[in-house]
Amino acid sequence: MNDIRTIALVAGVLLLLSIVTGVGQFLKRHPDRGIDAAAVRTFNMRIRGWWVLCTVLAAAFWLGSTATVTLFGFVSFWALREFITLTPTRKGDHRALFWVFFLFTPLHYVLVGLNRYDIYSVFLPVYATLFVLARAAVAGDYKRFLERTAKIQAGLVVCVYCLSFAPALLELHVDRGPEGINQLSSRDANFRLLFFLILLVQFADCMQYVWSRMLGQRLVAAAVSSNRTWEGLLGSATSTALLAAVLWWAAPPFQPWQAAIVGLVVAIMGFAGGMTMSAIKRDRGVKDYGTLVVGHGGVLDRIDSICFAAPVFYHMTVLVIGS
Amino acid sequence: MVSRQLSGMKKNTILSFRFYNSSAQSLSRHQPPFLMLAPADMPTPPLDQSVSRSPLCKITGLALAGMARLLAGASIRWIASQPDTCQRVYFANHTSHLDALLIWASLPRLIREITRPVAAKDYWSRGALRRWLAEEVFNAILIDRTDIKVHQSPVDLMLRQAGDTRSLIVFPEGSRSTSGEVGEFKSGLYYLAKKRPEIELIPVHIDNLNRVLPRGEFLPVPLLSCITFGPPLWLERDESKLDFLARARRAVLSLKE
Repeated sequence: MNDIRTIALVAGVLLLLSIVTGVGQFLKRHPDRGIDAAAVRTFNMRIRGWWVLCTVLAAAFWLGSTATVTLFGFVSFWALREFITLTPTRKGDHRALFWVFFLFTPLHYVLVGLNRYDIYSVFLPVYATLFVLARAAVAGDYKRFLERTAKIQAGLVVCVYCLSFAPALLELHVDRGPEGINQLSSRDANFRLLFFLILLVQFADCMQYVWSRMLGQRLVAAAVSSNRTWEGLLGSATSTALLAAVLWWAAPPFQPWQAAIVGLVVAIMGFAGGMTMSAIKRDRGVKDYGTLVVGHGGVLDRIDSICFAAPVFYHMTVLVIGS
Repeated sequence: MVSRQLSGMKKNTILSFRFYNSSAQSLSRHQPPFLMLAPADMPTPPLDQSVSRSPLCKITGLALAGMARLLAGASIRWIASQPDTCQRVYFANHTSHLDALLIWASLPRLIREITRPVAAKDYWSRGALRRWLAEEVFNAILIDRTDIKVHQSPVDLMLRQAGDTRSLIVFPEGSRSTSGEVGEFKSGLYYLAKKRPEIELIPVHIDNLNRVLPRGEFLPVPLLSCITFGPPLWLERDESKLDFLARARRAVLSLKE
């Protein structure tokens, strides 16, 4: 926390959250402003979600990178639970699923924590896939074989593999400051990079909603999502690129123009993630992944955009560092 | 609010029930046929076992309940129904070995203490650990499926062990279904309701637990499951056995939504 840029970022986010909370509470107290009450309630719930997110992230950051990787590991585990719960599998998949949950997912996060990119970049997409295919075949059930195994593989890639690129940012050597690699400030830089990603994704989600509400005319795919429009996507991509360019100083390896491109891509990937999860939900006939868990929306509904944006963000960062 | 209700209820209901238990008068009022018809070699079991349970059993029970709920990602819903310490029979669809444990774990702790799962003796008395778990921790009523006699019917045995205070967890299908469909109910639930018409029968629907631990598997997959408790039902006057069993089965199915 001894880095001036970290303090600035934390202070800025706290200030922004406080202002937004104030606006939310004001709208709640004055229902006669012509904004419908349901939207205000959704808005306030969203704000509460951000406070929780920031608190959890701050705690994890404070505890260090191992704690952060572990936290993301548990989030992946829970999201995969929701994914597989909503995906019909057959009894022949049971043993394969056991290993997916209790061996492949934890081991992948251990490899991420050890920074073994050479192994973890192929561990799930190649080895887990081969294992799931073979295990389901050995179990002796050939009904809809490819369909079942593809579902398990899709769950693993989206919920575990992709999300793990977010905490993997902590292991990159990002800060090449004038004084050489300073251990403390390098750690801060990594955490800022991760926070930058999460901030951009949340902002893009939010802007998508706002622009769709204000200018939305053409739905991208009416059958899949009734509130995602081309105007929303365009507006969200532009505003996120702007925010990223303004906040370029917080994300260590980027120049302002690079940060803008990153913001643009993150917004598009977040949009892709939301659309994909909507399509799966529509197919299964549920509104959100949390319908099985009473009282709150599912974890998967919260992280779908991050899952899609994280790997792209990671590789763009690596590309910039390498150049 | 529920917990406050319960703690109030604990003082009134449980204590007074305990008092009733120890008085021979209440026993003779409620259960004369079974006690008198019981063979001489069947000692009347102690009715209030939870009071004397050791701390180790209690801690194991709490830990297992917590683990089961965590592993099965159970969300618990009460639809038009409330947890209560009055005597009840919870009847549910049977899909997995975890069913009884999870229903037991889904009940608030106070109610769990007075609720006894009904389980198969041939499975649960094999090995010292299983027997200890069944008898001491879950306080289960073990029914011998291979040795059912005329004047020692499982229903009589259950009712005798339940006494006036204990609630029961039963699975009227008799065995776990393999297909995931809810099978026809066996007649035991009808005779239970007929012999003790004042007991509340609570339908319970268990969703997705057959995927957590299917029949024939011993390693669980931690998917999310849902336990739904429904409103109580009773045997209607002049209701036939088939009608009642069909109605009870529909009550469980209706909780699936």
